[in-house]
Amino acid sequence: MKFKKAMAIGLAAAMTLSLAACGGSKDKEEKTSDSKTSDKKSDYSVAMITDTGGINDQSFNQSAWEGLQELSEETGADVNYIESKQASDFVTNLERLGDSGATLLWGIGYACADAVLEAADSNPDLQYAVVDNSYEETPDNVTGVMFRAQEPSFMVGYVAGKTTESNKVGFVGGISSGLIDQFQYGYEAGVQYAAKELGKEIEVSVQYAESFSDAAKGKAIASKMYSDGCDVVYHAAGGSGTGVIEAAKEAGKWVIGVDRDQAYLAPDNVLTSALKLVGKAVKEVSMEAMDGEEIGGQTLTFGLEEECVGISEEHKNMPEGVYEATLEIGEKIKSGEIEVPSTKDEYEAFITK
Amino acid sequence: MLSSITLFIGITLMYSTPLAFAALGGVISERSGVTNLGIEGMMTIGAFTGATVGYFTGSAWGGFLAAGIAGGMIALLHAFASITCRADQTISGIAINLIGPGVALFLCRLLFDGATMSVPVTNKIPKLFGSAGITGALKNLNVDVTVVLALVFAVVLWGFLYKTKWGLHIRSVGEHPAAADTMGINVYKIRYLCVIASGILAGFGGASMTLAIIPQFTPTAISGQGFIALAAVIFGKWTPHGAYGACILFGAAQALTVILGGGSFQVPSEILAMLPYIITIIILILFVGRSAAPKASGQPYEKGAR
Repeated sequence: MKFKKAMAIGLAAAMTLSLAACGGSKDKEEKTSDSKTSDKKSDYSVAMITDTGGINDQSFNQSAWEGLQELSEETGADVNYIESKQASDFVTNLERLGDSGATLLWGIGYACADAVLEAADSNPDLQYAVVDNSYEETPDNVTGVMFRAQEPSFMVGYVAGKTTESNKVGFVGGISSGLIDQFQYGYEAGVQYAAKELGKEIEVSVQYAESFSDAAKGKAIASKMYSDGCDVVYHAAGGSGTGVIEAAKEAGKWVIGVDRDQAYLAPDNVLTSALKLVGKAVKEVSMEAMDGEEIGGQTLTFGLEEECVGISEEHKNMPEGVYEATLEIGEKIKSGEIEVPSTKDEYEAFITK
Repeated sequence: MLSSITLFIGITLMYSTPLAFAALGGVISERSGVTNLGIEGMMTIGAFTGATVGYFTGSAWGGFLAAGIAGGMIALLHAFASITCRADQTISGIAINLIGPGVALFLCRLLFDGATMSVPVTNKIPKLFGSAGITGALKNLNVDVTVVLALVFAVVLWGFLYKTKWGLHIRSVGEHPAAADTMGINVYKIRYLCVIASGILAGFGGASMTLAIIPQFTPTAISGQGFIALAAVIFGKWTPHGAYGACILFGAAQALTVILGGGSFQVPSEILAMLPYIITIIILILFVGRSAAPKASGQPYEKGAR
C-alpha cells in the first residue's frame, strides 16, 4: 500500500512537471522571433500574426514573413511575428505585438479579419492591415489587401485550353465562396479564350470538395475527372488539393497547382501553378506605410500589374510556345484588353461577348 | 457506365480503408472494456511516422510498420493512464487527441526544416494489380494493397474475437472483469494488450492515408477520420464485421457524392455534402436497431473492489 501511495505521488509529480514543461515549450514556441538586425537602423516596426497554419505553412503565412524579412533587409525596419495556435489567439497576439512597439500590424489570412477589426478599434493610434479580406466599412487605421486571383487563374486556364488533347479539363474547388469563385471563373474564362483561339469546344467540369482538408475527397473527385476524360485539372482546394495532385500522378495526367509553385509535389505532372505572391504585396504596402503614405480606410487589390500574381517560370511540361503565348495573355490583361471575370455574372457576360 | 461503377467501388474502398483500420482498433479496445477516444490522435501519429519513415528509408512497408509501432506507443500512454492509474478514459482519450497532432507537427517541423508538410515519399504502398498496363474500367479498381489488408484484418479479428479462447477472454473482460478475474484471467494484461493493439491499428490507418492515398504527411491529412471510425464502431455494434461494414457504408456515401457531383444535372454541392450523414442516419434508424456497448466499457477495473 505504501508503495502504491509513493508511486501515485511520484506520478502526480511527474505529470505536473511534464505539464509545466508543456507550458514552457509552448511559451517558447510562441515567443516572438528575434527581429533582424540590419546596418541601416530604422525605428519603424512592422509585425504580423499568422493564422493557424503557422509560419512555415508553405503557403501565404510563410510568403508574408519572407516579404517582411526582405523589407527588413532593404530598409532596416524592425520586423517580427507571432504564430497563432488557434483562432482565439488572434486578438491577444495582435495586442501583444501592439504592446511590443510595432507601428504596423498585419493579420495574415481572412480568418484574422474580425480580430484585426477588434484590435484596430481599441488601438486607434496603430496601423493595421489584413491579407485576403475587404471590409464593408474599413476603419481609418485598417487596410484590406486583396488579390485578383482571377488573373493568374485565367492564365493557367489558357495554358490548360492550349494543352488539352481530349478537349475536356477540370476544376476542383475547396468550399464554394466569393474568393474561390475568382479562381473558378477566371480559369473557365481562360479555357474558353483558348478554345476560341483554337476554334474548338472545350468542356470544363467543375466540382467542389466542400472541404479544404479532405485529401481523399480531392483525390476521388480528380480521379473521376481523369476517368471521364479530362486531361488537365486545376485545383483551388488547399489540403484537399494534395489529393488532386496525387490523382494526377496516378493517372499520368496534368494538374495545375495553386498559390505557390507546386511542381515539387509531382515534377512530371504539374503543368504550371497559379501564383499569389503574398509576401510581395505585404512588403509593398508596408513600404508605403513607412514612407508616410496614408494607406488606411481602403482595400488595395493586387494583380498582374503590381506583379503580385503570375504563373510559375518553370514550363518544361508545356507544349512548345504555350508559355510565351500565355505571357502575352498576361500583358493583355495588364493593358486592360482582356477583362477577366471573377464572378458567375461577369463570366456569363464574358462568354457571350 | 461500367467505368462509373468501377470508379464508385474504387472510391468507396479508398475512402473507407483508413477508417476501417482505425475502427477495428476501436472495436478491440472497447471489447476489452477500455473506451478509446484517442484514435484520432493515434492516427495522426501513425500518419506522420508512416510518411516520415517511408521518406527516409525509401520503404513504404517499413514506414507502415513504424506507423503501427508509433501508434502502439502512444496507445501505451492511454493504457497506462486508464488501466494502471484508473484515470477517466474519456479525458485520457481527449488528451491523446491533443498530444497526437501536436507531437506530429512538432517533429515534422524539426525534421523537415520547419515545414508543416513532409516531403513526398518516393515509394508508395503498391497497387493491387501493379502500376502499369491496366487500362479502361479496370483501372478504377486498381486499389492500394492496404485496402485488401484492411479486409484481411477485419476477417482475422472477427475469427480471433469469436472463434478463439483468447477472444472469449477479451470479451469477458469487457463484459464482466470481476468474473473474468475470478476465473484466473489477468484483466490488466488483456486490457493493456488490447489498447496497444488498437493503437497499432489506428497507426496503420493513419499510414494508409499518408503512404497510399497521398504520399506525404500534411497537417490536415487526418482531420476527423478517427471520430468517424469511432462512430463506425458504435454503428457496427462493437463487432469487427459491423464496424468494417459501417466504414464501407461511409465510403460508399462519399463516393456517391463524388459521382453525383459536378455532372450535367446540377445538384447543389452543399446538399450533396450532407448526403453521407443523411444516409447514415436513415440506415441507423431503419436497419441497425439497438446497439449495446460492452458492459464494462469505460469503467476502470479495480481488483477486489465491491
